[in-house]
Amino acid sequence: MTGVGFGAFVRRAHDAGHLVVQPRMGMSSPARMRAGLLATRSAAATTVGTITLDSYTRVGDLESAELAVLEGVALNGYPIVSHETTTTLKVLEGIHGPDFPVQVRHGSAAPQDIFRALTAVGLDASEGGPVSYCLPYGRVPLRESVAHWAVSCELLAAQRESGGEPHLETFGGCVLGQLCPPSLLVAVSVLEALFFRRHGIRSISVSYAQQTDPGQDAEAVAALRSLCARLLPDTEWHVVVYAYMGLFPETEQGAYRLLGKAAELAVASGSERLIVKTVAESRRIPSVAENVAALEYAAAVAAHTSRAPLDGTATQTYAEASALVNAVLELDDDLGAALLTAFARGYLDVPYCLHPDNAGFSRSYIAADGRLCWADIGRMPLNGVADVRPARAITSADLLDSLSYVRRSFDRHHPGDRWPVELPAPRGA
Amino acid sequence: MSPFPTAPAPGDQPVLVAGGISDSHTWNLVYLQLLLEEHGHRVVNLGPCVPEDLLISEALAHRPALIVVSSVNGHGYHDGMRTVTRLREHPELAGVPAVIGGKLGIAGPCGDDEVAALRAAGYDAVFDDSAEGVAAFRRMLDTLPQRALV
Repeated sequence: MTGVGFGAFVRRAHDAGHLVVQPRMGMSSPARMRAGLLATRSAAATTVGTITLDSYTRVGDLESAELAVLEGVALNGYPIVSHETTTTLKVLEGIHGPDFPVQVRHGSAAPQDIFRALTAVGLDASEGGPVSYCLPYGRVPLRESVAHWAVSCELLAAQRESGGEPHLETFGGCVLGQLCPPSLLVAVSVLEALFFRRHGIRSISVSYAQQTDPGQDAEAVAALRSLCARLLPDTEWHVVVYAYMGLFPETEQGAYRLLGKAAELAVASGSERLIVKTVAESRRIPSVAENVAALEYAAAVAAHTSRAPLDGTATQTYAEASALVNAVLELDDDLGAALLTAFARGYLDVPYCLHPDNAGFSRSYIAADGRLCWADIGRMPLNGVADVRPARAITSADLLDSLSYVRRSFDRHHPGDRWPVELPAPRGA
Repeated sequence: MSPFPTAPAPGDQPVLVAGGISDSHTWNLVYLQLLLEEHGHRVVNLGPCVPEDLLISEALAHRPALIVVSSVNGHGYHDGMRTVTRLREHPELAGVPAVIGGKLGIAGPCGDDEVAALRAAGYDAVFDDSAEGVAAFRRMLDTLPQRALV
C-alpha cells in the first residue's frame, strides 16, 4: 500500500466521493488505440484507461497476431505482445501516469507473455484469474491454467522491487456472463483474489457482474465485501462492478437504462469502480465515441446516487458464497491444488460451462421475481444452504428466453420511467 | 465380433458444433446444441476456441453429418476461412457439409464479398445472426437426415 499505482488511484477517487468508470476498449492500430485512451482520459468522468487485447493474443496464437500486424489486418483488440515495445511506448507516451492508470485486459489462461509485454512498457495493472480465464474461456486444462497463473502473478509481483504496486483484478465475478447464480460468482471472485494474494500480489480488485435482479446484486456485492474483509488482510482491495455481460438491450433507451442500473448498483453497494457497456453492445464492438458517452452517462448517474451498502452477512447469497469458499479452502493448504480438487469433485460447478474440467451437473433458472436461482446444485456443498427447485429439461427456446430476459425487460417501454440524468447527445463516431 | 466397427447409418452421424479458433463465447454453442437435439440430431459439442487440428481430428473420428462453426467475437470471418481451408484439404473431409454463422466481422455482419469468399473456401452455407439467419439455419436443419426421435 504505497500510494502508487492503479489500486491507490481508485482508492483516492473513492475517498473523494467519485466512482471510477472504465471502458472495455482495444484496437489493433496503435494510432487508434492512443486516440481511444486520450478520449477516455478526457471524458467528463473519473476514468482509468483500458487496453483490451485481441483474441489471437488471448489464445496464445501469436503467429496470427503478428501476421495481422504485418499485413495491417484489423483485430478485435490491441496485440500488445506482437507490436514493438517502442510502438506501445508511443501509444502510452504522455497519457499513462499516476493520474491516469491504464489496465491491460486480455482473457488468457497463460498470460506470461502478456505480463512481460505490459511490464516492459511500464504498465502494472491487469486482470483475469486461473479459473475465470480458463473454464468458460477456451480449452486449456485447468491444471495448466493454475500453474500459468501462479507464475504470472509472481512475474507481475516482482514489479514491486522497482517501487511499483502491481494490481490484478479477478474476472471470477463474471464467469459465463449470465445465468450463473451470484453466490458462485462471489465465491470464484474471492478465491481468485486469495490466489493472487498468495502469489505475491498486494493490490487487488474483486469483480462482480450485474445479473438479473438489483436486490440480489446488492446482496452479492455486500457478501463479496464481507468475505474480502475477512480473508484479505494486509491487502489493498476494492470492488469493481461490470455492467451486464450478457445479451445487452437493443434499444438505446434500454441500453442506457441498464447501464444506469449498473452505476446505481456500484455506488449504492459502496463499490469503487465500474466497467461500462455501450449502446452498440448488442450489435458490434463499440466505437470510442460510444464508449465515452457510456462513461459520461455512468458517471452522471453515479453522481446522483448515494452510498447505502447492505449488511453483508445476513443474506442467502452470503450463506451460499461463504459455504463454497470455506469448502474449497478446507480441501488443501495450496489454493491452486484446492481449486483443482474443487472442480474435480464438483464442489465448484459452473452451470452450462462446456469445459471438460467443469463437472457440468449444476443448472440455474431465473425465478418469477427475477432472482437467479439453482435448479440443480450438482455436488456443490450447498445442501441445506441453497433453496433448490428442480427444473424440467430446458429447450433451446427456454434457454434463449432466459438469456434474453434482461434485454427484453430493458427494451420494453417503461411509461412511468424517468431518466435519472439526461441522455448524452449523439456525437460523431 | 468384427474388430472393425461398421460404418454408422447416416441417421446416427452426429453434428459437430465448434466455436471459432479464437472465440471464447459459449452460449451460442449451448443454444445450438439444444436446437440441434430438438431437430433429432446427436451433438458433439467441442466448445469454444476450437483449433483447426482439433476440429479435423474430431471430424475424422466422428464422421459428422454436419459441421457447425459458430462465432460472435468479430474474428469469425478470418478464423472461419482458416478452419474450412484446412478442413477441405483433407480428402476424407472434402464432402462433409459444413456451415458457419454468427457475428462474423468486427464491424458487425460480413459483407457480400466475405460471404462469397467463405462459400468459395468450402462452407455450404453462411448465416448471419439476424432472425432471418436463424430461420434459414432451421430450414437447413429440416433438410438433413435425422436420427429417430425417441
